[in-house]
Amino acid sequence: MLRLNKLTKTYKTGDQALKAIDLEIPEGQVMALIGPSGAGKSTMIRCINRLVEPTEGEVWLAGTELTHLGASALRQARREMGMIFQEYALVERLTVMENVLSGRLGYVGFWRSFLRRYPQSDVDEAFRLLDRVGLLHMADKRADELSGGQRQRVGIARALIQNPKLLLVDEPTASLDPKTSRQIMRLICELCRERGLAAIINIHDVALAQMFVQRVVGLRFGAIEFDGAPDNLTPDVLTTIYGEEDWEATIEKVEGEEDIEAAE
Amino acid sequence: MSHRELDDMLGKGWRKPPMVTSPLLRWGLILGGVAYLIAAVLTIEVDWSRVYEGLDRGWQFILSFTRPDFVTRAGDIWEGLLESIVMTVAASVVGILISIPIGLGAARNIAPMPVYLICRGIVAVSRALQEIIVAILLVAIFGFGPLAGFLTLSFATIGFLSKLLAEDIESMDRVQAEAIRASGARWMQWINYGVQPQVMPRLVGLSMYRIDINFRESAILGLVGAGGIGATLNTAFDRYEYDTAAAILILIIGIVMALEYLSGIVRAKVQ
Repeated sequence: MLRLNKLTKTYKTGDQALKAIDLEIPEGQVMALIGPSGAGKSTMIRCINRLVEPTEGEVWLAGTELTHLGASALRQARREMGMIFQEYALVERLTVMENVLSGRLGYVGFWRSFLRRYPQSDVDEAFRLLDRVGLLHMADKRADELSGGQRQRVGIARALIQNPKLLLVDEPTASLDPKTSRQIMRLICELCRERGLAAIINIHDVALAQMFVQRVVGLRFGAIEFDGAPDNLTPDVLTTIYGEEDWEATIEKVEGEEDIEAAE
Repeated sequence: MSHRELDDMLGKGWRKPPMVTSPLLRWGLILGGVAYLIAAVLTIEVDWSRVYEGLDRGWQFILSFTRPDFVTRAGDIWEGLLESIVMTVAASVVGILISIPIGLGAARNIAPMPVYLICRGIVAVSRALQEIIVAILLVAIFGFGPLAGFLTLSFATIGFLSKLLAEDIESMDRVQAEAIRASGARWMQWINYGVQPQVMPRLVGLSMYRIDINFRESAILGLVGAGGIGATLNTAFDRYEYDTAAAILILIIGIVMALEYLSGIVRAKVQ
């Protein structure tokens, strides 16, 4: 579904953020991308939808090569890729509904979006998604009135209303408390399953990633160090990815998970 | 080791490190600055006997504010005021409408290099030419009257508003705009959703402020023949009708204060 071919990014300063990454993600697979800060995780997902221009290599999404697309074709391709951001990146002075509907911008013309006259099907879908993430009653609130967890739910709805084939998720839980983090991760993974979406999730929290995803890729200095099932993440593996540290506490399945789930 | 360092530092005061590290240079700069200030003040010549005479005239001028004359020249004042308001409104609307695209073009983070340079060039030219100079030029071209004033104010508005709008756009939150771009939005949609909401309060505030400035400027532009209340004011001074001049100044102050009040309300609404 998504294939990266020798994807390379060299910044003007000479820093190599990605070193010829090869990666393939089949349909419907949720993959976690772990690695230390500066390993190139953010750069990698931004190179896929070209918010950052890759220097070399290819990105194939469902039979289309993305790195050489012109402006208009790139916009078409971006509609297929929903993105979820670390600090939510909601436009704070717009309402929740406008933020969600902004995910349809790739599909509607300028005047329609300018006058906020979206097709009824889009509006219905926005309501359905807001309901699904539990925020229907917040539709007309301004985005800056929401809490962190609520904002991220809006971010998820915004990405999903694009009707994407792939979700690019950049540190979705980095600014959230542990419980909300789990809820958000669970929501993302559930939605991916419901809709058969593939996803790349950048995440710092290794234990959280293990809990929810089917595959983990570890990045270090812009190269893939590990690629496998979450159960194969041993202390040795984490040492190769992150460097020396006592890893036992990190991998251990966090106790009391069931209690939290039951309490919801 | 580090423990000892901490113990050494505890109980001691802390000063912010000075901006200029070398004490020689620092004191040199301070003393040089003071010396220049003293020398500069000494070069200003004051003719104290002239000041003594002038005090009386100034006092007359101030006294006239206690008995402003709105009546004698009511027709002229009304006409001039109306002309000024028309000039202000027209120039502000036109100026703001032109400023927005130029402001977008002059923001480095959203405009490509050639567009950026052109728009910054326009801003620089508009800001370099003082209103009075532009007004004198335009009066020479279009003749006396409010048309020259209107064009002058529109031109000045572009330099002011585009520059400040561009700077606000440059300091906006990049991630919010990035998120909109990631949805596949076209350029205009991106501006409408990702940039406009972030800069709108500032744009409205600046526009209100510019209307305020334009009104005050319209009083000055009359002095060089560009119409408006300034022409009436100038005539009043020429005829030594300080009470009429006082009436005009009071009206200007009143209108500016009303605009300020209105601007506060509008800005609170869009925040």
